[in-house]
Amino acid sequence: MALLEVRDLSVVFQRKGEEPFRAVDGVSFDVEPGQTVGLVGESGCGKSVTSLAIMGLLPKRGATVTGTVTYDGTDLLKLSDKQMRDKRGSELGMVFQDPLSSLNPVVPIGLQVTEVLERHRGMPRKEAMIEAKDLLDKVGIPDPNRRLKEYPHQLSGGMRQRALIAIALACRPKLLIADEPTTALDVTIQAQILSLMKELVQDLGTALVMITHDLGVVAGLCDEVNVLYGGKVVEKAMRHKLFAEPRHPYTHGLLASIPRLDAAPGEKLTPIRGSVADNIPWTSACAFAPRCPNALDVCVQVTPPEEDQLGRLLRCHNPVVPGTPAAEEVPV
Amino acid sequence: MSETLVSVQDMKVHFPIKRGVFMDRTVGYVYAVDGIDLEIKRGETYGLVGESGCGKSTLGRAMLRLNEPTAGRMVFDGQDFSALKGEELRKMRRRIQMVFQDPLSSLDPRQSVESILVEGLRAHDLDEGKESTAKRLRELLSAVGLPSTALRKYPHEFSGGQRQRIGIARALALNPDLIVADEPVSALDVSVQAQVVNLLEELQEQFGLTYLVIAHDLAVVKHISDRVGVMYLGGLVEEATAEDLYAEPLHPYTRALLSAIPVPDPVIEDRRERILLAGDLPSPANPPSGCRFHTRCPWRQATRCDTDRPVLRELKPGHKVACHYAEQIQSGEIQPHEVKPILVEEGDGLSPDIPLVGPASVTEALS
Repeated sequence: MALLEVRDLSVVFQRKGEEPFRAVDGVSFDVEPGQTVGLVGESGCGKSVTSLAIMGLLPKRGATVTGTVTYDGTDLLKLSDKQMRDKRGSELGMVFQDPLSSLNPVVPIGLQVTEVLERHRGMPRKEAMIEAKDLLDKVGIPDPNRRLKEYPHQLSGGMRQRALIAIALACRPKLLIADEPTTALDVTIQAQILSLMKELVQDLGTALVMITHDLGVVAGLCDEVNVLYGGKVVEKAMRHKLFAEPRHPYTHGLLASIPRLDAAPGEKLTPIRGSVADNIPWTSACAFAPRCPNALDVCVQVTPPEEDQLGRLLRCHNPVVPGTPAAEEVPV
Repeated sequence: MSETLVSVQDMKVHFPIKRGVFMDRTVGYVYAVDGIDLEIKRGETYGLVGESGCGKSTLGRAMLRLNEPTAGRMVFDGQDFSALKGEELRKMRRRIQMVFQDPLSSLDPRQSVESILVEGLRAHDLDEGKESTAKRLRELLSAVGLPSTALRKYPHEFSGGQRQRIGIARALALNPDLIVADEPVSALDVSVQAQVVNLLEELQEQFGLTYLVIAHDLAVVKHISDRVGVMYLGGLVEEATAEDLYAEPLHPYTRALLSAIPVPDPVIEDRRERILLAGDLPSPANPPSGCRFHTRCPWRQATRCDTDRPVLRELKPGHKVACHYAEQIQSGEIQPHEVKPILVEEGDGLSPDIPLVGPASVTEALS
């Protein structure tokens, strides 16, 4: 059995007097210890809401979460708030996108790390401080003794993200969810953080769920990739398979629209027409159909079922035939 | 017409750091742009890349005189743009337009698209009667791929990509020669980024525009630019054609930067050797002596690097680099070594040697 099994997870947001909005729509995936699973998609595809739902961080009012999230045999969605608090921070770690707004600005870094150790491992403050110093050292923060006494604003963006990772790792969680951990950082710092995360996964055997919009990050880091669109997984495969032969028109289109460093000069980009705002609900159609170059009549009439094709899950009526170039863009 | 449209000569922008309440004493400077020379040819796209805080946006703004440069000048089409004043400056500004990063905050939410586009035309007396203006507006919208019904709408009614198109139409309205685009696609989703990048390329062909594209994403810059300049801590460290720069980066910083960019291809990602830079960008208020990059450079040598500031020199035709040891690094004579990260002070980054005298706040002054 996998460490984390997400089955048919759905999140519906309901506001008074408004149509309910289905942000996540039947997402399923497994994460094994030591494995890295990527959730990729553009803004609004439900990737962050998925992570918040797993961690039980969505508001009780207004958001309805259905499905099951089985972690080590227990369904996280059935736990009480108190039980969940015990799990979070000790067994489940989370790293958020913006380190400045997820660290407490008026508490020194040291105290924010020891807080976790005191709460979950019952360590006395003094001992926790020594452990905190080791943690900061491990994530590559120079001069940790001094940094422990400093406040988040005194650290650079990369250092803050390292501190956040140190906090998430303080109790050696078995599962770490990283929501766009490098999006706010510069590329050279991003490379540092990614190599740090890779090392930690290898050394500690942590299972990692990596949420990102950057296909480049996924290509280097994740074992299995889930591509999300409009709240559903539209394609899922191991990374080599997915990048070598993207079958869903959305995955295919995304890869064709990214300028690549190794591209030949003068090569044109093939964008996906329209924007995420053009989505139609999944209820009786494919949400991607209005933007899809491969769309058929059936695409706006029937929701495409999820099909298993030799280690690849695909949700499409008319998948891309391997080897075809990206479709020419239709003028908007 | 000369071939060079823009020539920037020894441009410097230093922002003073002020301390004190009653009398603003200047206690230091942020050396945002510190001596940059560059030339942009007519009809080409010049890409300026660098990480946040390297001064690339400040340079762009100083060229347009949105920030007054501390020193240096920009010659635009044979005229010294930096010396222009009043009406002459205002008239010249028509020919240099800007596209900003965040399309929502750079468009007035209370102005309709029509009013946004007409404003510039009126200011420069290009509004010649209702009919010709209406025709011009329709042309502009179709050039950027928006329906003519967009004229009556307001910025909030559009998606991010469409808003960026409005920003581009506004820049185009005045028939400029040069468009400075500061991070034109970084706020957009990847699938939409490609639309805007392609649009910029099409417009360049159609109207013979010259671009200065400022961005942190090297892949985007490589794709769109003819020539690329790499900035680090207020200075240009390397300049070459896009292909040369990516095929054969000569400066250690460019090498590290290129190796850090993830490529969406697992086969390449697995094989690639990363040059990981240690530590963070030093503060531009207290830049390292000598070569600005020597504190993080894996190829740093014992001599010259920390004392002499390297100047940009032409190593090959059209390929300039600011490194003392570029030849030896390229030939493999000098091998990279381990670098220990150095603590970088956040905040104003003033050196602790400067004594802080005088009251730090009003309460302190009154007590």
